[in-house]
Amino acid sequence: MNRRAAVLLGVLAVGLLVLPAVVSSYVLSVATLILFFAYAGQAWNVMMGFAGQLSLGHSLYVGVGAYAAAGIFFHYGIGPWAGIWLAIALCMALGAAIGFLAFRFGISGVYFALLTIAFAEFTRIGFDHIDWLGGPGGLFIKVAQREHLDLLNLRGPPAMFYYLMLALTAGAFALCAWLLRSRAGYYWQAIREDEQAAQALGINTFRWKMLAVVISSAMTAVAGVFFAFYYNNLFPEQIFNISRSIEIILGPVIGGVGTLFGPILGAAVLTILADAITELLAAIGVEIPGVKQVFYGLVLLVVVMFLPHGIWPTIARKLGLAKRD
Amino acid sequence: MALLEVRDVSKSFRGLRAVAGVSFGVAEGAIVGLIGPNGAGKTTTFNMVAGVFAPDGGEIGFAGRRIDGLRADQVCGAGIGRTFQIVRPFAGLSVLDNVIVGALERSASVAEARRSATAILEQLGLAAKRDQPASALTLPDRKRLEVARALATRPRLLLLDEVMAGLRPTECDQMIAVFREINRRDGLTILLIEHVMRAVMALAQEIVVLHHGEVIARGAPGAVVRDPAVLECYLGEETEV
Repeated sequence: MNRRAAVLLGVLAVGLLVLPAVVSSYVLSVATLILFFAYAGQAWNVMMGFAGQLSLGHSLYVGVGAYAAAGIFFHYGIGPWAGIWLAIALCMALGAAIGFLAFRFGISGVYFALLTIAFAEFTRIGFDHIDWLGGPGGLFIKVAQREHLDLLNLRGPPAMFYYLMLALTAGAFALCAWLLRSRAGYYWQAIREDEQAAQALGINTFRWKMLAVVISSAMTAVAGVFFAFYYNNLFPEQIFNISRSIEIILGPVIGGVGTLFGPILGAAVLTILADAITELLAAIGVEIPGVKQVFYGLVLLVVVMFLPHGIWPTIARKLGLAKRD
Repeated sequence: MALLEVRDVSKSFRGLRAVAGVSFGVAEGAIVGLIGPNGAGKTTTFNMVAGVFAPDGGEIGFAGRRIDGLRADQVCGAGIGRTFQIVRPFAGLSVLDNVIVGALERSASVAEARRSATAILEQLGLAAKRDQPASALTLPDRKRLEVARALATRPRLLLLDEVMAGLRPTECDQMIAVFREINRRDGLTILLIEHVMRAVMALAQEIVVLHHGEVIARGAPGAVVRDPAVLECYLGEETEV
């Protein structure tokens, strides 16, 4: 990282840290949402951006992670800091199962993506029939006093959730930056670029692809736990919905697949613009259902046509930052 | 005993016999050329040695152990590096990163792999282009990169699949010099498929000629190129060497 990048990163960090003190609760909720998508997008990026394995079913890990932590909290009062490990373990097992099926039997590309959708879909349908977790009627965690800070049980004011999500996003960024420079990062990128050539260089592609899936699913599980305790209600129809998976991947796709800043930038651009449009339409008194989805489609179209590598690589070059990042 | 021992190896693709009962050996430290007309089964033989697919019959031994049926990454781990006939650079990565991926096979850390990759790029004359994306390289440079990446895995046996094709004579001579040097200095054993006879004659101490999936001649280059069977099926009467 050069000097300029370090300064910009420092300014960004300070800005994000003081944000809750200076903005309204509405802006803070938008910022929290941005960070949520930035984090989830970063997790997805490990699989697709680094290792080239397209998942269109990441809502699976958000949902299972959310239900796991919320379920044991609801029934047994076991707090999220314990529940998070259950969530991670379950999602890693699911990721490993999908990865094993796909990579052992040579399913790749679009067919792999279909497999990830299939898993998310049948899990969604399956959860409709688990009465213990509320079934289609949903699972609700008791909403606590907003002013009272209970970090142990993740009950508290919006600023707590904001800082938690900020820490997670920063942690994911650091983890991904480290991974990318490690042996795993080199091997993943080699597999992404040309799997047969990677194998000829001694890389056990099965093992390293499995690692990518397992890390990505574990990271996404944490996003699910956050989701459960932030929104306090979970419905299979919503959380496992394919549109959730798409929302997760739009950030990195628009920001720049395989880059470290892409998922963060993409999430910010999309969330802010989508919210602005909704607000604008509300202000002029027009209500169009599904306008957000249409807008997502348009943004995707424009980016794919004019910036096929995403927004971040272009901005990075303009700012004179890292050459490929 | 030879370093690489190919014994009675066969392979068919949907009934088409690509390789039928091929046997040859490559002695430690030798450079052996594998020649023959298109469709003779050269690349199929290569792919079986490299672990891309297993032979239907026969055995392949390397350094005293059976390697037929191993996966490509295991074959590489055993000490065999390869290049691809149609170059397959990691296009989105820099030239240096391409070679680092190979060097990681025998390096404990990325830093060590970076040092070893840098040294190999120097050797192949690619050092100045280390930060360029591999997709920006010209064909001769891509061929060099292909070789650099394979060498980075520090193989005992290097399989070269038509690395001279498409090179100009001077570039070809540079490449020949590099292989000679590595062979002489490090004792690297080389098995090369090559149509450029200039390269084969300059490098190989022994030539194996394949035709219709069978070995029709093998021996010293001078003798093989005068073999009537070889002249008829491959080199032609008029070939000057």
